[in-house]
Amino acid sequence: MNRFIAFVKKEFLHILRDKQTLLIMFGLPVVQVVLFGFAITTEIKDASISILDLSRDHVTRKISNKILSTGYFKLDTYLDHEGEIEQAFKEGKVKEVIVFGRNFATEFESGNARVQLIVDATDPNTGTTLINYTSAIILDFIRGEYPEAGMFRPVALETRMWYNPELKSVYYFIPGVITIILMIVSTMLTSISLTREKELGTMEVLLASPMKPAQVIIAKVVPYMILSFINAVIILIMGKTIFGLPLEGSLALLLGETLLFILVALSLGVLISTHAATQQVALMISLFALMLPTILLSGFIFPVENMPLILQLIANVIPAKWFVIILKDIMLKGSDITDIWKETLVLVLFCLVFIAASVKNYKVRLE
Amino acid sequence: MSEAVIQVENLTKKFGDFYAVKNIDFEVERGEVFGFLGANGAGKTTVMKMLCGLITPTSGKAMVAGFNVFGQQNEIKKNIGYMSQRFSLYEDLTVIENITFYGGIYGLTNAEIKERAYRLIEMHGLGEVKNQLLASLPLGWKQKLAFSVALIHRPQIVFLDEPTGGVDPITRRQFWESIYEAAHSGITLFVTTHYMDEAEYCDRISMMVDGEIKGLGTPTELKQLHHAKNMDEVFVNLARKKEFIE
Repeated sequence: MNRFIAFVKKEFLHILRDKQTLLIMFGLPVVQVVLFGFAITTEIKDASISILDLSRDHVTRKISNKILSTGYFKLDTYLDHEGEIEQAFKEGKVKEVIVFGRNFATEFESGNARVQLIVDATDPNTGTTLINYTSAIILDFIRGEYPEAGMFRPVALETRMWYNPELKSVYYFIPGVITIILMIVSTMLTSISLTREKELGTMEVLLASPMKPAQVIIAKVVPYMILSFINAVIILIMGKTIFGLPLEGSLALLLGETLLFILVALSLGVLISTHAATQQVALMISLFALMLPTILLSGFIFPVENMPLILQLIANVIPAKWFVIILKDIMLKGSDITDIWKETLVLVLFCLVFIAASVKNYKVRLE
Repeated sequence: MSEAVIQVENLTKKFGDFYAVKNIDFEVERGEVFGFLGANGAGKTTVMKMLCGLITPTSGKAMVAGFNVFGQQNEIKKNIGYMSQRFSLYEDLTVIENITFYGGIYGLTNAEIKERAYRLIEMHGLGEVKNQLLASLPLGWKQKLAFSVALIHRPQIVFLDEPTGGVDPITRRQFWESIYEAAHSGITLFVTTHYMDEAEYCDRISMMVDGEIKGLGTPTELKQLHHAKNMDEVFVNLARKKEFIE
């Protein structure tokens, strides 16, 4: 046990002396959370719109006021005729134009009122979201004011945003950021620190010492496990305090699953180190062969369900995909272990496979 | 008085169909400086790994420090020291941290580490730099320190794998002085090297060619046997013989 402690101590010294590692470990999470939380948002806030009201009656005024009072939209101008619509879009001043048909109030009573929503779809995601928001507001208005008005109720507008009613993107990003950070810290830094021992030739000396190979590896991995865990907690606290991220499920379960994913990432790092001869190779493997698929295929930014079948299949072998599901389920839906045991099992399997492969590789290399 | 601390009989290591080491025999006595020579790929490293308990031989017998390489590797590891040509110390740790770490992984108590670190620092006059990062020390000091650290758990045998690779002649000579000192105190030294002039410093040497030991004896014996002026010639002779047979 003393040997083990001596080793872990030395490993912490390495980390503390290495400014770059420290920066990656503690600077990166903060930057990523801030970046993803503030800069990259898919939610709508103060979107500029114009309104072309050809009717100008009490109903259109009420609807307009309702739309503008939500905080999602900001009025640029009232337009006077249809010719101005294209002009407004071309100048890039507005994202959406709402057109109320003529004689809206009277047509409304007879169920023939028409509203046209025109969006700037150069950014299709934003466009779709704008349409959804606006139609939802109009529909809500109709239901509230004229419960009996039956015609003006397209079924397609019957949408509900569960779990994230305000479509707050940060709710989706935080679990993703935690996953990415854990992947970087655990996998990349572990594989690099293990290959460094190989490159420097100190690994030989460690193997010639009475410490067993497994002990050496565990001792090297423990500090990274502790630091990764601290990191995950920091990101969670940031998510909670800065972005008001909910935690519907049990904290213990969340931390437990986080630890499991850290183990998966660490064993992957060990596996990479058994293949890579130099730190540079280890870095390349972790960065390109791992980070990119993790970011793209984990469902963290792009929904996996919308991808071609082949990519969906590949996504299944990305451990991060399963962890993102687990995190979202616990944090947003309040799921407990009976809901996510399958995903948990997948992670456990990943961990076992990585460890088994590392042990096998390791033996071969020693020969 | 002779007491063998390394006994090797018929030791063989096969990788697939390839004999990396083929039926070698030799003994090393306590306090001896034993030179283990051979070209790259001759099987030196494989022998060393087997004796250090890192890999298991295919067949044969070998006892190191009284323990069997089949099954008692862990006991062997406790009784040997190992130093590679790359010094095996951590550049980003201080002198004292390096000593403490190696003392720690060999299972020394804190009191033992403290006492031995103190003596070691006194002996090498490292008092002023003990809290400096190793990276700031000159090469010669690092090497000396690496050697002392390999001795920290008082092993019976120390394996030195090309300890003087890439070091200037003066530092090399100084290093050999510390090797002799250790040998005088009863430690056995098993040294691999490329430098044929260094071979002359050894009490006895063995020369490996293609997985077999082709020459074994004191430098003087070997030179006489091969009618050679120096070890270089002995080596060339042995290597040529191999070409001739082929």
